[in-house]
Amino acid sequence: MTEQMNKTDQTERVDEQGARYSVGIDLGTTHSVISYVDNESDELELMHEVLEVPQLTAAGQVETLSQLPSFIYRAHENELAGDTLALPWNDAPSALVGSLARTMGSKTPLRLVSSAKSWLCHGEVNCREPFLPLDAPEDVEKISPFQASKYYLEHIKAAWDYAHADYPLAEQDLVITIPASFDPAARELTVEAAREIGLDRVTLLEEPQAAVYSWIKQSGKNWRDQVSTGDIILVVDVGGGTTDLSLVAVVEEEGALELKRIAVGDHILLGGDNMDLALAYRLQVKLSETGKRLQPWQVLGLTHACRNAKEQMLSDPEIESVPVVVPSRGSKLMASTLKTELTREDVESTLLDGFFPMVEAHERPAKATRGALQTLGLQYATDAGITRHLAAFLGKHKEALNNLDGFDAQEGDFIRPTAILLNGGVLKSTLLANRVLGVINNWVTIAEGDSARLLDGMDLDLAVAKGASYYGNVRRGSGVRIRGGVASSYYVGVESAMPAVPGMPPQVQALCVAPFGMEEGVEADLAGHEFGLVVGEPVRFRFFGSNIRREDQVGALLDYWEPDHLEELPDIEVSLPADGDRNPGEIVPVKLSARVTEVGTLELEAISTNSDEHWKISFEVRQK
Amino acid sequence: MLIDLAFKLPETFDIFHLGLAVIAVLLLIVTVLSKGKANSAGQGAADTPASEPTTQVEPAAAEAEKAVPEISKIKDAEPDSALQLLALLQREARFIDFVQEDLSSFSDEDVGATARIVHQGAKQTLQKYFELEEIRREEEESSLTIEQGFNAQEIKLTGNVSGDAPYRGVLVHRGWRAKDVRLPRTVEGHDSTILAPAEVEL
Repeated sequence: MTEQMNKTDQTERVDEQGARYSVGIDLGTTHSVISYVDNESDELELMHEVLEVPQLTAAGQVETLSQLPSFIYRAHENELAGDTLALPWNDAPSALVGSLARTMGSKTPLRLVSSAKSWLCHGEVNCREPFLPLDAPEDVEKISPFQASKYYLEHIKAAWDYAHADYPLAEQDLVITIPASFDPAARELTVEAAREIGLDRVTLLEEPQAAVYSWIKQSGKNWRDQVSTGDIILVVDVGGGTTDLSLVAVVEEEGALELKRIAVGDHILLGGDNMDLALAYRLQVKLSETGKRLQPWQVLGLTHACRNAKEQMLSDPEIESVPVVVPSRGSKLMASTLKTELTREDVESTLLDGFFPMVEAHERPAKATRGALQTLGLQYATDAGITRHLAAFLGKHKEALNNLDGFDAQEGDFIRPTAILLNGGVLKSTLLANRVLGVINNWVTIAEGDSARLLDGMDLDLAVAKGASYYGNVRRGSGVRIRGGVASSYYVGVESAMPAVPGMPPQVQALCVAPFGMEEGVEADLAGHEFGLVVGEPVRFRFFGSNIRREDQVGALLDYWEPDHLEELPDIEVSLPADGDRNPGEIVPVKLSARVTEVGTLELEAISTNSDEHWKISFEVRQK
Repeated sequence: MLIDLAFKLPETFDIFHLGLAVIAVLLLIVTVLSKGKANSAGQGAADTPASEPTTQVEPAAAEAEKAVPEISKIKDAEPDSALQLLALLQREARFIDFVQEDLSSFSDEDVGATARIVHQGAKQTLQKYFELEEIRREEEESSLTIEQGFNAQEIKLTGNVSGDAPYRGVLVHRGWRAKDVRLPRTVEGHDSTILAPAEVEL
């Protein structure tokens, strides 16, 4: 590689050759897992290893665990004595991350930062503003979701460097996974968090794609026998806090099988944690029928006990009931122990009927009815029926196959998958996995299609991290790659030139700046549309995304669209500083240009039409 | 890494089995602890001369140390890991709370319910921090032959012990061996005698 070649790349990627390891970080909502492969080993013998992460599990006690819980605890100075927070690599770390943070936070929630990842794609907050924990008292030092991501990555980086002193993480090929539904701003924030702690060689990968890579890796050379041209793989990833859906088509390219990601779902905040809460709630109702009223700490203990009981019952279909016991919290253990039991009926009716109901293909999740007074918070899914979300996803993307070579457009109201890949700890249960398969095949059979089959054999807890490290290796040139490009088409809002009508807001048109599926390295110029940038004043554009309009090309101007076709994203902003050559108030004519970087982020630029200058357009203007 | 413990406890519990499980853990603790105590006593004696020169023990201890040359094979156990294990069992299994409780006024049903917490937590703790294996794999109560040169620490002979190996006998208990111990590391200066801090809710 010559220096010139490197310089052409603005992202300053270090020479691709020479990285010893490909490291995949599954930066999860509830916990992170780090997997890596040795790039120097033979492709067929590529072995995944999981990084054991040292972390505090109690004050003054360090354990190495294969998962790092994604929690940060903002401890009070009187809570922990002296050096009890020391880690092997740092006597006084700047944040308390991991197991101990989660344990302490369960008793003192107002100091706990959790779900920072879900905030990253929240439209109504500025992710660089410190506001977490949300309802913390004045004396708690708050942090931003962006800072939280940095703390997690910092801990991971330190743990890696501690274990691999000769191969620091900054010099390895790093792949960080993100939900497929992450918008451009959330993707950029993730990359920047990594960059700010010195991790420059980072690439993003969508989690459902990582699951597919993991499946390919673990099927070895045989994956081509298990799928064939024309297959549509539905990836259902139900994690601790989120559900992520994607469709991947198997296409033929120059005689070889290729994979193409053709649709991604919306960000659904619904996962295994909701199920534990639902079970605990059910038992709480049972207990209250016998006149017992539970205190908050008992509910917490009950949720914890339900998780264990649920896992026991889901893994063994023979068990009819599991006793659930919540001990008293004082040292008199026997005094007020709470006893009940979780029966198979409880589990099946709560999980199967509540989260995976047998629904028809045309059913849709209930929409949130927004009250006038709504507090700021994460937008949790209103409808817990994952199968209804699935129906909505398949229905919404029924046209995903149009214009795809080798595929006949499907008749009917939804796209019919031919294979299903499940991922996430929840779906380890055969009971739930079979229900998902059963519901989908019920729809497919009614639509007179062929039943979908299950692609299995994956380790559902580690698949994303493993897939990510394998992808890092694949990027070096060996193995199959999933193509897909950007998961949405993007538009800027343009006010149309119409006479003002009193009482009517000016009509907005949407101008397509990046088409659906635009791939990395491609640049899209909007030559025909010029904008005037005012020097010294930030200029804002309204910004829209659509994950279903596949046909719009760059420069397409929409006057009208179905309300659910375009989703308004936070505004984007560009400001052109006044300097020696320019005076405030001067207007510079620019055109817009979009580019997908090698890292996997979208970049928008304003390019001067009468000089070769250009300015970056920022996505992170979130405060409305 | 998950270890499949060979001693699968029955899924349906009766108090007897629970009792057995708890007693087994208890014995383990007592064993470790008694070594710990012996050690702390020894340490105390060794420390005393430096910190409290007026103590009466001093001359005797000094004498004893002179009298017993360094070749003594009796070594002191470190109390730290015993205390740590106790703290872990208390945290995960409420072990100390359970053993310290006066059970006489409670019904078997109550004791059983609580024993589940203790059992579940203690089992998790064992699985997490120890890798255990059975020393002999033969069926218990079946007969077996002990060849010459066996390890007397691994196999304890009882009953009609006479003559030379090979011995013919009945396997009474398979035995346990800790293949691996991976207790958490502790931060220097951490007070291991605090098995569970007092908790105050504000």
